[in-house]
Amino acid sequence: MPQKVSLFVPCFVDQLLPEVAVDTVKVLRRIGYTVEFPEDQTCCGQPAFNTGYWNEARPCAEHFVRVFKNAEVVVCPSGSCATMVRNFYPELLASSSLRGDAIGVAGRTFELSEFLVKVAAVYDVGASFPHRVTYHASCHGLRELHLREEPLQLLRAVRGLTLIEMARFDECCGFGGTFATKFADISAAMGNSKADSIGTTGAEFVTAIDPSCLMHMQGILGKRQAPARTIHLASILAQERP
Amino acid sequence: MSQTAAQRFLQDAAEKSADLVHREIIRHRMESYDAAHLKGRTRIQDWEAAREKCQKIKREAIDHLDHYLLQFEEKIIARGGHVFWAANGEEACEYVGNLATQRGVRTVVKSKSMVTEEIHLSPALEKAGIKVWETDFGEFIVQLRNEAPYHIVTPAMHLNRGQIAALFREKLGQEIESDNPAYLMAAARRKLRQAFFAAEMGISGANFLVADAGVIAISTNEGNGRLCTSVPRIHVVVTGIEKVIPRLEDLAVLWPVLATSGTGQGITTYSTLIGGPRRPGEADGPEEFHVVLVDNGRSRLLADDEQREVLHCIRCGACLNICPVFRHVGGHTYGTTYPGPIGSVLTPHLNGIKEFKHLSYASSLCGACTSVCPVKIDLHHHLLQNRRNATEAGATKPSERLMFGAWRRAMLHPWIYAAGGWSMRKALRILYGLGLAGSILDPMRVWNRYRSPAPLPSKSFRARWRRDLGSN
Repeated sequence: MPQKVSLFVPCFVDQLLPEVAVDTVKVLRRIGYTVEFPEDQTCCGQPAFNTGYWNEARPCAEHFVRVFKNAEVVVCPSGSCATMVRNFYPELLASSSLRGDAIGVAGRTFELSEFLVKVAAVYDVGASFPHRVTYHASCHGLRELHLREEPLQLLRAVRGLTLIEMARFDECCGFGGTFATKFADISAAMGNSKADSIGTTGAEFVTAIDPSCLMHMQGILGKRQAPARTIHLASILAQERP
Repeated sequence: MSQTAAQRFLQDAAEKSADLVHREIIRHRMESYDAAHLKGRTRIQDWEAAREKCQKIKREAIDHLDHYLLQFEEKIIARGGHVFWAANGEEACEYVGNLATQRGVRTVVKSKSMVTEEIHLSPALEKAGIKVWETDFGEFIVQLRNEAPYHIVTPAMHLNRGQIAALFREKLGQEIESDNPAYLMAAARRKLRQAFFAAEMGISGANFLVADAGVIAISTNEGNGRLCTSVPRIHVVVTGIEKVIPRLEDLAVLWPVLATSGTGQGITTYSTLIGGPRRPGEADGPEEFHVVLVDNGRSRLLADDEQREVLHCIRCGACLNICPVFRHVGGHTYGTTYPGPIGSVLTPHLNGIKEFKHLSYASSLCGACTSVCPVKIDLHHHLLQNRRNATEAGATKPSERLMFGAWRRAMLHPWIYAAGGWSMRKALRILYGLGLAGSILDPMRVWNRYRSPAPLPSKSFRARWRRDLGSN
């Protein structure tokens, strides 16, 4: 089992939601890992890749592979960015000189809940969060990384937490990267449907493994002045038991 | 200047996605479908194995399309049928139009076929003075409304019974006293019976073309398909070349999987196999039998080994039903014959990447479509490939190209990235401090139109790591 974890902090988490990464560090350290943060990392390239700019995404992916190629294991608090590395780097870098390293890094990159449950085999990270929480299954974690149960297993072990199932918990929230601004009307309509589902649960918090979905949902909930707030799974797991 | 397809899409999407009545109708329909579909899947012992089997069958057929189509043609001709190979929609329409004119056809009855929608066959026939009746109940309704089908399986799913009753009152010349579904169907049936017996030509599609048996397979629920294909003197099948399957026994899995994915049924009410015209000594069936095999861009897709599997589609509609974008914008917004995920993948190939690339972008890439596709087409991945193709064809906006060029340079230099991020947060904080969030000066105004602004922390994670988090 690896003892040292290299943290992959998605660019927008680094810039806009640093607390998610701070909480990820707390959780990993609490269960006994040494955490390193390679400071040369930037973006995995997903925004360009998903918008069709593969030639622009490719050098970013190569940069990422160079930064992380010697890492024992890479952990990322985002299912979507982990998917980019795991599922799409081998294709994007198919004819790159770094293809071999890319496949290696892809196989050693994990989303946080996936790492905790499948690699570290830890379900209870010693967290306490006495609140009503509903879970949104972010698309890339669910359908690309096939993480259906892992985040729920972690949430069920959190002391005091009441988990309330939301209708259509696995329907997309409408974020979708550049989709959120290219098709803002559709994205917002999807977000509002999701906000309706969240509202019906009466939960105080909605959680997910993808900070991008949460940022979008928080924006929608905020605009509606809805009582529910978003919180990343890492930030729940980071709340220590007294 | 006339609107482009992309501008029209954006406008219609804005309108429809804000239409809460529409959203509720579709939500309600899709929830009934979801329940039926999930229940239907449990009837099949191993759904995943069934999907894999269907994928294998379709792959074999498409990878050897030339062989299986010729085998199919040979059998049809041997039974006295005719096969016409149409390179495009015009050729197909011309063949059917000429045939109708030569045989003195004045009335045509059609059973449901999306290929005839794709090639605009009905308007072509009507231009030649021929009366065309859509006989599928949903198609009949949208034809009366002068609309395209809303959905490839359930063409009138966007309407409720009150709207249908009002439409019939206006268009059918009958007293309509109730909006009870059975009553409305009876009213349509009275009208359509006359058409079935007046028509000299029946036009159908085909769900499958069975190569070894040389028959077409049709799955329907209303019985109109059998009337269209057996009562009129002439039966014309208009279908895409990708519908071929190798063996009759393949239907043992394809039929139930199609029905389950389409409507949640174990099998459709009518499953029909037809192999040619009436033979000597037979009491029923048409005197003439024609199959029009439509290419219309399909061979181009066949030549694309990265995206060839898009031709595996059996048009079940499952990807439309699960798609959250479809559920919010509805079928008509797409402005294409095939809406939803399969349409967004296929249309840029059939009708041009420049004009229709926007459809490949109009997806959050959630992958729900791929997860339900009964022939396991990697739909959302093909959307990504279409986006890449659009970019490589130079079809994207120059400003976007410049933006991603600059983005790339920043991402290759961590210090530029960090400085850029810091300045952006700082600038936005000042701007928002002045109360200018969402104003014309706000670069995030599109985001902020529907959302409260994203947080703008004073320190990035990397700054915090350097300051106090770095030591384990």
